[in-house]
Amino acid sequence: MSAAEYLLPYDFSPLTVLAYVLVLSLYSYGLFRMPEGDRPGSGRIFTFTLGVALCYGVMQTQFDYYSQYMFFVHRGQHLILHHLGPILIALSNPLPVIQFLYRQIPQVVRPFLVPIGWLYRCLQQPALASLLFFGLIYLWLWPPIHFDAMLSRDLYWVMNWSMLLDGLLFWWLIFDPRSPITTNALGYGKRMLCLAVVALPQMILGATIVFSRGMVYDVYEVCGRAWPMPPETDQLLGGLLTWIPPAMMSVFGILIILRRAMWDDVNRASHSTPQEVPQ
Amino acid sequence: MPKANGFGKYALTVCLLALLVGCSGDQKNWNAKDISGLMPELAYQLTDTSGETVTAQDTAGSIRLMFFGFTACPDICPTTLQKLSQAVKQLPEPAREDVQIIFVSVDPNRDTPERIKSYVEFFDDGIIGLTGTEDNLRELSKRYRTTFGFEDPDENGNYAVSHSGAVYVFDRKGDARLLVRPQQSLDALVADLAALANEGV
Repeated sequence: MSAAEYLLPYDFSPLTVLAYVLVLSLYSYGLFRMPEGDRPGSGRIFTFTLGVALCYGVMQTQFDYYSQYMFFVHRGQHLILHHLGPILIALSNPLPVIQFLYRQIPQVVRPFLVPIGWLYRCLQQPALASLLFFGLIYLWLWPPIHFDAMLSRDLYWVMNWSMLLDGLLFWWLIFDPRSPITTNALGYGKRMLCLAVVALPQMILGATIVFSRGMVYDVYEVCGRAWPMPPETDQLLGGLLTWIPPAMMSVFGILIILRRAMWDDVNRASHSTPQEVPQ
Repeated sequence: MPKANGFGKYALTVCLLALLVGCSGDQKNWNAKDISGLMPELAYQLTDTSGETVTAQDTAGSIRLMFFGFTACPDICPTTLQKLSQAVKQLPEPAREDVQIIFVSVDPNRDTPERIKSYVEFFDDGIIGLTGTEDNLRELSKRYRTTFGFEDPDENGNYAVSHSGAVYVFDRKGDARLLVRPQQSLDALVADLAALANEGV
């Protein structure tokens, strides 16, 4: 297989390609049209594009083939769709671009977007968002459901898209660039709590997979592996990928939020007038 | 209006009950994994053991048991083919004629039609042995969400092939119905095949 063929989709999904083209076109349209002062710098544009490209890469290249027939590659795919890709996209802070694009929507259309706003605010309740985040991992890794999802093409696409969309929602809630002091964004303490809450069940699930003696996911046995690899090794690697990197990403997230909280404190202190400390 | 509300609740209950009955009416307790609706109907274009091109239409109307493997396979292929041919032999007379075992070799470099012929005839004369170009086989396996891969050959040119260990069961209409895992017992397989053969008779 030539290098170019590796970049072609294993299972071509026109809707997926269309969605990615739409996101990138809207983002670049916003970049070129928006006022110079609001435009994100090249580092942020690069981070956003990298996040989008990573998610596209695991969905519409030969990587997808290996994800369908190797458990540990599948775990890697979800690590990118549910964690790494959305983290990069959220950290790149595309908010000014989104706000600019929103202003381009004609006034008459805006009332129709109100229900989407309701749904968004409902899903972004911290308790519900955290539950959804680890709940979806548990749902798709529930052995009978995982079996069906790997056998049915439609379910497989629903699984991958639900992971990506939920990843975007969750990490956007965590890395919301607006300060909770000046806006109604989620408080830093709650954000860190969410990260800790979602890390725990992922660690338990990953460890359970790593230490199970029998085959938990026999669909890869039933459907053939991409190359002959001992099933125990495949399961062990998959379990480790479910366990360690997500836990590390939660810690990394907590550190970023801590830094932002300290930054906000410093800013607030320097803006307020110094008061005399009573003796 | 309390009356309308009461009627609404009643209608809702009836609808939900009807839905429940509708859902459970069709449920059978299969021993194998029920894959109805999860996969597309049977379709292929491959070469049989006499070198002729054949399609799924040639076996239309019978229950088909499709299995992917290779003739140099040390364990799972002989065990499965043995179990399948025994299961078919244990079926009652009219049903037996209706069940067709299809063995698809995914090792086209080593498995010639002649080699497949002598291999499948060892288990049963009625088994259809098929193979094709690697592209054709890739397309078929992708359709049924499975794959195969080759190990690097050793100094004697021998290599293992990873392939699906399951048997895909298609009903008379060609719809994918059951997925038989390798560990399913012979009795459980016979029971499933008999129930499937009795459908619509």
